[in-house]
Amino acid sequence: MDDAVNDKVLLSLDVNGSEHEVLVEPRRTLADVLRHDLELTGTHIACEHGVCGACTVLVDGAPVRSCLMFAAQAEGRGVRTVESLGRGDELSDLQRAFTEHHALQCGFCTPGFLMLAEGFLAARPDASRAEIREAVSSNLCRCTGYQTIVDAIEDCAARRRAAERTRSA
Amino acid sequence: MREPGFTADGTWVGASVKRKEDPRLLTGRARFVDDIHLPRMLHAQFVRSSVAAGEITSVDLSRVRDVPGVVAAFTAADLDLGDITAVLDRPRSEFVPTAMPVLARDRVRFVGEPIAIVLAEDAYAVEDGLEAAEVTYRAGTPVLSEEQALAPGAPLVHDEAADNVLLDVSMFATEGIDDIFADAPCVVSVRATTGRQNALPLETRGVVASWDARAGQLLVQTCTQVPHVVRTVLAGCLGRPENTVRVVVPDMGGGFGIKCVVGREEIAVAAASLRVGRPVKWIEDRKDALTASFLAREQRYQARAAFDEAGRILALDADVLCDMGAYSCYPFSAGIEPLMASAEMPGVYRVPAYRVRGRAITTNKAPTAPYRGVSRPQYVMVMERLFERAARELGLGPVEIRRRNLITTFPYTGVNGITYDPGSYLESLNLAERVLTEEGWYERQRELAGQGRFLGIGYSCFNERTGYGSDAFAKRRMAVVPGFDISEIRMDTSGTVVATTGTMSHGQSHETTMAQIVADRLGLDLDHVFIQQGDTDRVAYGWGTFASRSITIGGSAVGLAAGRLGDKLLHIGAHLLRTRPDNVELSGGRVRKCDDHTRSLSYVDIAEVAYLKAHLLPKDVDPGLTATASFDGIGDGTFSNASHGVVVELHAGTGQVEILRYACVEDCGVAINPQVVEGQARGGIAQGIAGALFEQVTYDEQGEPSAASFIDYKVPTACEIPDISIHHLETPSAFTGNGAKGVGEGGTIGAPAAVLNAVNDALRPTGVELDDTPITPERVLGALEVRWTTR
Ligand code: FES
Ligand code: FES
Repeated sequence: MDDAVNDKVLLSLDVNGSEHEVLVEPRRTLADVLRHDLELTGTHIACEHGVCGACTVLVDGAPVRSCLMFAAQAEGRGVRTVESLGRGDELSDLQRAFTEHHALQCGFCTPGFLMLAEGFLAARPDASRAEIREAVSSNLCRCTGYQTIVDAIEDCAARRRAAERTRSA
Repeated sequence: MREPGFTADGTWVGASVKRKEDPRLLTGRARFVDDIHLPRMLHAQFVRSSVAAGEITSVDLSRVRDVPGVVAAFTAADLDLGDITAVLDRPRSEFVPTAMPVLARDRVRFVGEPIAIVLAEDAYAVEDGLEAAEVTYRAGTPVLSEEQALAPGAPLVHDEAADNVLLDVSMFATEGIDDIFADAPCVVSVRATTGRQNALPLETRGVVASWDARAGQLLVQTCTQVPHVVRTVLAGCLGRPENTVRVVVPDMGGGFGIKCVVGREEIAVAAASLRVGRPVKWIEDRKDALTASFLAREQRYQARAAFDEAGRILALDADVLCDMGAYSCYPFSAGIEPLMASAEMPGVYRVPAYRVRGRAITTNKAPTAPYRGVSRPQYVMVMERLFERAARELGLGPVEIRRRNLITTFPYTGVNGITYDPGSYLESLNLAERVLTEEGWYERQRELAGQGRFLGIGYSCFNERTGYGSDAFAKRRMAVVPGFDISEIRMDTSGTVVATTGTMSHGQSHETTMAQIVADRLGLDLDHVFIQQGDTDRVAYGWGTFASRSITIGGSAVGLAAGRLGDKLLHIGAHLLRTRPDNVELSGGRVRKCDDHTRSLSYVDIAEVAYLKAHLLPKDVDPGLTATASFDGIGDGTFSNASHGVVVELHAGTGQVEILRYACVEDCGVAINPQVVEGQARGGIAQGIAGALFEQVTYDEQGEPSAASFIDYKVPTACEIPDISIHHLETPSAFTGNGAKGVGEGGTIGAPAAVLNAVNDALRPTGVELDDTPITPERVLGALEVRWTTR
């Protein structure tokens, strides 16, 4: 093996608002650093080739497949994982919508969908059901048939808009 | 029959309560197998065969052991483990047992077969190690199809299985059936094939094995649907007493059957961990999950049916051939698919005469396991095709011909010897038709036909046996006979209860639904009931989760155990309240006097006596509040049923099949949690659609699988799976604790038939009918082509 690969690098990462220092091989993915070095195991891996979206996290607010990104590429940027949603034992509005609509069964895909939706709704708070479905189609779920995931995100978006209207009224 | 009443009577059963599983899954606090980190843990992967058939001439791992980070590498000879052999108690003429070695010894039988296990300090180094392995083969000619397997003089996948046939049964053969066919006014036939599929749980398989010195046990944390079965096989292969092995199942990211058989990797990882004296983790990567895990579903049917002029079926004759791949899975064996199809094919219809031959063949492809529905998606599709074809011949409507043949009086004992308990076969079909009719789909179809567009409407009508008990499995002649389940329940001094089960939820919500059952039995709040599963040390034995058995059998056992605990509470309560045992009842978490509701004791009061003031107990009562119960399936089990109605449009330019409307009318008896039932139905239908339209594993001439990533294996997304409306009917089961029937598989069973019928309805103007799945765009374009060239 090339020795250069083995030379570890010291990275400083901003994850969920905290600074972390990790000493890792340059080839180590962001997903592996989150899961195995920082022990934030909520981010899941189901393909490692960028298709399933189970590893979706937010990097500077945008959904990113963390299995396709080297941890080194996340330096100097803000990473958010599923562990940042909600406060303590209190679920966020999006998480609540998922449980209310039965948008998860085994729950393995769920962190990926939550982070995808979080990023998507921040950018597109007025998205229609068809647009939400289109966004949801970038991740895979084998259990639910997707309908309730779309329901949950649509419902959460509607409630956020209603809350926004009340605030500005 | 009535529409379910939900919570009108104030019970937990019937209420769509929020799931107890959800908070941890939503916050990233669940613990899946890959989330487990143990001190000094090593990472394992497997050197796998690159050829589909052949002898191994050498395995050289010396360079592997030199790779930085690699700690050890073992071949079959190094580990010296017993084989995994699934057995049916049938004569050699019907079934040939074949051994699956944990690691291939001298022969390989499919691309991806494990040959050696490599252990390294981290998951990256182990990959480097795999690259340094050198295996040489004397490659043979792979057997990859039915034609090749059955050809005279074909190479043999297993020497003991002449003709490459692992199971060959001929059943029923009603007397005079040939005469019926000869004399019938209408005989139709169907030849159908279904693609090889991957059940594809999103979480791949995985294991963490370690030695627990304090308990003197090998601890195997593995994502399996059948923890006790894995323990039994582990103990056997390792030559250890079963009590020195403990299998614990973490949270599971799906299974759908692929995890209800014992994986050879589970055994190899455990053995390697014992050998090196360190914890070892193996997480299957997606490539191995797609190519080297268990696959399913590749079948071929040749069936014909005789009808009278009125469209009543007179006889059914079928030849079923299942390509089970390289090995027989444990504990079910390669017989599982053909035996299921042969026994159950008449399904919801009154078939007076029946003959079937079912065969399992072995080929040089990855082995198969029972996948959600097990043969029922296929034989239902074939039955429904036969009825549709007969309807066309006889000038009857496709729904009308079904109506004339459905079983409507119950219990009904079929030509296959199975007794069907009450269901709503006709009612569900009528409702499915009404939904599509009232929404105007038939008018829309006529309208669009005028514009040269291809809209089709199709139905499927089916039942599903759930809650197979020991007797039902014994009829299959399995050498180890699944069936019962045991539950142990315990109340502590806080008045809360923990109930155990040998079943293993992997998305089905049993922590919630079983708690609903217990809460009702004891009059407890749902927050005061906890279900524990997936630990062989917590229940004496159990058969796990498959065949839609968990609520019917596991749930019934949990309910019975709760009932027994309730009896003990009553007994103690009566003594403490100084009244007769028949003058007390459970209500709202208390024991009260029937004749004076003001005199009562809370469970906490009783628990305090049972544990902390045992001297106050009646003399004939042991301290503590525990109870155990077991439940076994009764008779032929209980049958769920459903009808699906689908509207599709075929796009002439692309050959794409678009699903415009999907309605499912399901009857699973009492729905413990209607929202969960709907989730099971929708998810099942999505997998059925996946099989009907998209997914297929193919192999090239060398036996190399085509799909090694999600890029080649097309899994449907939210854009391909439509919204699905679920309509409930409720015919309670007399054979289970709560009147519930199993619901895990039904959606998957009905979808391929309904989608295929809808596609064929759309193709009506072309005169072409399709019988094979997946219905690829090429097949649709081919059919539409006929129209352009013949008009
Ligand atoms: S694990 Fe990253 S996309 Fe599948
Ligand atoms: S809930 Fe299981 S994969 Fe989505």
